[in-house]
Amino acid sequence: MDYTVELDEKQFETMENILAKELIEVGVQSLLLIDLAGNILISLNDGKARHDVYSLAALAAGNFGAVSEIAKIIGETDFSLLFHKGEKESIHFSRVADDLLLITVFGKEVSLGFLRLKVAEAIKKITALL
Amino acid sequence: MALINPKTKEVQVKLVYYGPGRGGKTTNLEYIYNKYQDRMTTKLTTVKTYGDRTLFFDFLPLDIGMIGGYNIKMQLYTVPGQVKYQATRRLVLRGVDGVVFVADSMALREKMNVLSLKDLQENLATFDKNIFKIPLVIQYNKRDLAKEKIPLLPTEKLENILNKQLKAPSFAASALTGENVVETMKKAISLTVSSLQQKLAIKQG
Repeated sequence: MDYTVELDEKQFETMENILAKELIEVGVQSLLLIDLAGNILISLNDGKARHDVYSLAALAAGNFGAVSEIAKIIGETDFSLLFHKGEKESIHFSRVADDLLLITVFGKEVSLGFLRLKVAEAIKKITALL
Repeated sequence: MALINPKTKEVQVKLVYYGPGRGGKTTNLEYIYNKYQDRMTTKLTTVKTYGDRTLFFDFLPLDIGMIGGYNIKMQLYTVPGQVKYQATRRLVLRGVDGVVFVADSMALREKMNVLSLKDLQENLATFDKNIFKIPLVIQYNKRDLAKEKIPLLPTEKLENILNKQLKAPSFAASALTGENVVETMKKAISLTVSSLQQKLAIKQG
């Protein structure tokens, strides 16, 4: 059995604080930091969101994996934006380092441009911890 | 790869049901879900075609209790068995910790079982995993079809074809009736978790 993502308690806590400050506090409803196998490292929400996070993580990892393969088939290394727009809520995917994914669920009050900015900032801070 | 979270004291472990198309992988998970759904907080997630064939994967998370001070969460997955979904199977196998190979006991599916096992070996190798070392249980499914006079391969022959070198624990089963479905799962969990315990002991030490 391999354990390729190994973090200690302090790292988890620091990452949680970064994600809460950069994303939840600016209006993101829920977020997941997962590995590419679909395991959840961190799950945060605004206290109101009620998603089946384990199924969401599994599907998100599969979705991201499938889209990455599509990118290779058409000659791209990766896509810079993976985002699904819903009527009330939307979902955004972003790779963190090589092995992790940051998934954010947000409503209409948060613009995609602003979210991408905040996600990039959060990822920069988290990557420094890995 | 198993994910250990020292903050939440939780370990997530991935168990994948693999095998040829129409072999009974999804039926295994459906049986487990129907049997234990009263005790579960999440449902069985399926991504399938209109023809009820698995398109991407099925997913069922199971809490199996505390080991070594950690709460163990098994993530049960199936892969699509049809030959054309090779790339998808590889995706789903990422991070696998244990495998249940669901073989189809029907005589006319003999070749498909062998091809699927070879496919598993090759896909595991792309992640630097060895089929001889990964926790593996083999299930010889569809034994119930004997009652309907459908030609089945004897389990001895299946053992010889599929398990002679692997020497993995194996079960004759029927995912439809439930015979040995839970037993297969429990054995796979036991094998997968026992290798985890050593790691948890090292972490706590």
